[in-house]
Amino acid sequence: MEAYLVAIAIIAAIYVLLTLGLTLQYGLTGLVNFGHVGFFAIGAYASALISMQGMPLVVSFVCAAAIAALAAYPIGLVALRLRDDYFAVVTLGFSETVRLAITSEKWLTNGVQGIPGVPKAFAGMGIGMAGAVATLAAIALACGVAALMLRRITRSPFGRVIEAIRDNEDALRALGKDPARFKIQVLALGSALAGVAGAFYAHYITYLSPDQFIPLVTFYVWMAMIMGGVGRVSGAVVGALLLMLFLEGTRFLRDVAPDLISAVDMASVRLGAVGLALVLFTLFRPQGLMGDYTRR
Amino acid sequence: MTLSVRNIGKSFGGFRALDDVSLEMPADGLLGIIGPNGAGKSTLFSVMSGFMAADAGGVSLHGRPLDRLGAAARARAGMVRTFQVPREFHHLTVRENLMAAAPGQTGENLLGVFLSPRRVRTEEAAIRVEAEATMDFLRLAPVADTPAGRLSGGQKKLLELGRALMAKPRLILLDEPFAGVNPVLIGQIMDRVATLNARGIGFLVIEHDLEALSRLVPRLVVMDRGRVLATGAPDVVLADPAVREAYLGGAVA
Repeated sequence: MEAYLVAIAIIAAIYVLLTLGLTLQYGLTGLVNFGHVGFFAIGAYASALISMQGMPLVVSFVCAAAIAALAAYPIGLVALRLRDDYFAVVTLGFSETVRLAITSEKWLTNGVQGIPGVPKAFAGMGIGMAGAVATLAAIALACGVAALMLRRITRSPFGRVIEAIRDNEDALRALGKDPARFKIQVLALGSALAGVAGAFYAHYITYLSPDQFIPLVTFYVWMAMIMGGVGRVSGAVVGALLLMLFLEGTRFLRDVAPDLISAVDMASVRLGAVGLALVLFTLFRPQGLMGDYTRR
Repeated sequence: MTLSVRNIGKSFGGFRALDDVSLEMPADGLLGIIGPNGAGKSTLFSVMSGFMAADAGGVSLHGRPLDRLGAAARARAGMVRTFQVPREFHHLTVRENLMAAAPGQTGENLLGVFLSPRRVRTEEAAIRVEAEATMDFLRLAPVADTPAGRLSGGQKKLLELGRALMAKPRLILLDEPFAGVNPVLIGQIMDRVATLNARGIGFLVIEHDLEALSRLVPRLVVMDRGRVLATGAPDVVLADPAVREAYLGGAVA
């Protein structure tokens, strides 16, 4: 049971990191990024491949963040000229392109067969619980640092400008500030967080394949953000934990009513539960658990 | 030291919104633009400020051509516009709206936020003082901590002006500053514009309220159907039969 809880906590923390990235991009800046999972995938594969060349994990993690951020740069240059809705479509297309590239470039990624045997984080601590707990501690620390960083940003002049972008981009341009310059930084930093989340994922699951990086992951992150409260750093944390509660909690439905739900139906039941939660949230608490950006 | 608009043309499909529009004014002057709806006044502002590309002609400020610059760069060059329908940052407070407009902030760079926190704090304090002064000047102090989205129409107009001032312009393009504003506030805005102009900031003002505008500016440009119809002192221009025909529909004999 403890092992199961630690495992869930690790996955939840990975979602917290992803949600923090999206909170910066959408919640604070208004960038409709439907391709978050693409940067998660880039981080995961980058860290896995680099560490399998014998590099220490510290190096591979830094590379994962940097490569994911760099990948955001060209898409930023191209896509930020587009209107919001087109930007959403382009980012969705980008993440699917990443997945197809992973599927096709077998020389690098081993295609659909995937990469087994990614080095486990804290493998030196033996095969028991110690390694998993250490991983959890590390990722919790990463979440903490990321949350503090975001809080610092929201209280800075930079945070003021990106919120201004969300409210009215043209007004900002009229005052002599280029929204694109800020959006690219936001896109890169949010993607770096997704990249780090990917690295944690890779070195925890230890097996990577393209079907782990489908758009559904992006939408889980969106759900977490919406449930927690758009534009709130605390909302990102609470929302991701809540998402995990729904995803994992539905598992226990079978314990309660084993005859009602077959194992095959489980996946659909989970999705249905999350969907229902989202509908209820939009109906009864549209601002999310922690309130949204119309806070004042 | 002049603002010079030369032979601007702009068409939307077959419709000529601006047809060979030229005007010139001292950059620290006061010039009004009037004309019936659809005369091309706001389009002229959009082209001048870089929000729309001109089909022909050009704009220069102090002899420096602005045509290759984007909207943000034109504002940094010293020409800042406001919008006919106020575009406040509605979730930000009035104070934050003003502070966001201050140019050249170290803290607007992510590296600056994390690497030079002390410098950012010092700058913030200075910008805050400036924002307070601007709010006092425009009598926005009582709503300093109100989200801008909750202001009245007139207050939003004042905020537009305040934000433009915080950007440290040499010249402000005011698009209908009196529209939807109550008469008391109109007097207040006029008074502030006159004071600022005396301090050396130029204004180009689009306005429908002829009576108010005539009291504010020494010179008027009349536009009709994308063209400049007449230019001159308000009483002279308004007595022009062609202007009366276009603007007042010939109703006043």
